[in-house]
Amino acid sequence: MDPFLTSRIVSDVLSGLTNGVIYGLVALSLVLVWRSTGILNFAQGAMPMFATYLGMGLLSYHLSYWPCVAIAIVAGFAIGGLTERVLVRGLYGKPEINPIVVMVGFLIVLEGVAAAIWSTLPRGLPSPFSSIDWQLGGKPIAMSDFTVYEIVTALIVMTAVAMLFRFTKLGLQLRASALAPEVSRLLGVRVGRMLTIGWMLSTAVGTITTILVASNFFTGLTPQVMDGIFAFGFIAAAVGGLDSPVGAIVAGVGIGIILQFVGDYLNSNAIILVALAILIVSLMVRPNGLFSKSTARRV
Amino acid sequence: MITIEGLSVSYGAVQALRDVTFEAPTGQITAVLGSNGAGKTTLLRTISGLKTPTAGSIKLGDCALLAQRPENIARLGVGHVPEGRGVIGEFTVEENLRLGALMAKVNLREGLDEQYERFPVLGERRRQHAAKLSGGERQMLAMARALIAKPSALLLDEPSLGLAPLVTAQLMQTIHDLCASSSLTVVLVEQNASSALRIADRAVVLHVGKVVANDAATVVADDENLRQYYLGMVE
Repeated sequence: MDPFLTSRIVSDVLSGLTNGVIYGLVALSLVLVWRSTGILNFAQGAMPMFATYLGMGLLSYHLSYWPCVAIAIVAGFAIGGLTERVLVRGLYGKPEINPIVVMVGFLIVLEGVAAAIWSTLPRGLPSPFSSIDWQLGGKPIAMSDFTVYEIVTALIVMTAVAMLFRFTKLGLQLRASALAPEVSRLLGVRVGRMLTIGWMLSTAVGTITTILVASNFFTGLTPQVMDGIFAFGFIAAAVGGLDSPVGAIVAGVGIGIILQFVGDYLNSNAIILVALAILIVSLMVRPNGLFSKSTARRV
Repeated sequence: MITIEGLSVSYGAVQALRDVTFEAPTGQITAVLGSNGAGKTTLLRTISGLKTPTAGSIKLGDCALLAQRPENIARLGVGHVPEGRGVIGEFTVEENLRLGALMAKVNLREGLDEQYERFPVLGERRRQHAAKLSGGERQMLAMARALIAKPSALLLDEPSLGLAPLVTAQLMQTIHDLCASSSLTVVLVEQNASSALRIADRAVVLHVGKVVANDAATVVADDENLRQYYLGMVE
């Protein structure tokens, strides 16, 4: 057995990759909303959390894992759409601080309501795959059936989103609505509907991410389950470029791997400091993000 | 035919259009002329539903356009090429055309081929981003994108803006040929009055939001007062 495969470096890369795809998915969900509406959704962690509780809560009623996942994703679509229609629609064209304040307030409300309904105690979700590390030549490597499930799911979601935007009529309309809303309307595109769909997609992607996170044996589902991860996802989105889905994914994976090395070789307390340092350096060197095509960005 | 009656539009206290009435007949080019601030662009934006009037009515054939959303007006068959062309620079030429074809009831491939035949340079650059096209090519793309949806009326806002005289002449000829070969109703807003009057059948002259002339293009072109005081066409 090649000792390299079981080495500390490979182990860190694999663990970082697993964390990174999660950060990338959170970043992707932020980018989906930013691209379509120019709003930075600070409730991007809380909305999927709520949808996850609604769907996965049905496990208590003896529904099996996969139907609960499907229901949670549908709830994610619904919460995203409702939020855009009821809460966000009136904020377009208003000063930039308005949506920020409203979405931070919505985050607090959602977490408070979730705590009141389901309590703050972690609720363990059954994992559909084993979290036990694989063995190579009798030595464990930082890879399990569950981490493969996480990575494959992330890849499927990213590919599906990319294909939707690149090859479908809906994707064309979503992109056009974000880039040139007035021109799109003159061409018959129902821009308002596209904005709603953008929020629905974003929250559904966030819900899949939350299920992956909460299905991890060590995490469980709590009202604050996505708070910390949202911070790293936000940094990934800012570093990659808030208008770049590819940038979100690449930056998410990159940051995941770098932080894994920081935690392993330096100190786990240094992780957030290094993450913030990456954000600051990135904003100083390339304020639009590494993959952004825009010339100016509101932050 | 587009029929406009008693149309008034305001931006706050400023009245941009005052009691504007005219008809743009089917199969003809109606030029809307006037100096800066005359209300030409506001007129087109109101027809397209982007601006809500304070009074008046707009009809496409027998169909009332007032109080309709811009996307619904587009679906009813009104194509609008806005000032500055409005092509999406981040999209390729073909993506811009695909967007225009979303509402078309024709086969996409046939629609694309028809536009590439009409504007060959777009076919050659179909995979190029629109941001990299020249001004004239962008104008062609904007027109092709509107035409691919097979509109019954086409609103063109300053198509010659920023173009070289030779390119402007070619563009005007294209608009003329297009109208002659179909039953398209064209409303052409232009500051370049001489170019527009050369191809137009009718002309409406606006001055600070009011119609000061509405007649055959040849009559307007021959009216020395209009040419001098409202169209800036000094001999």
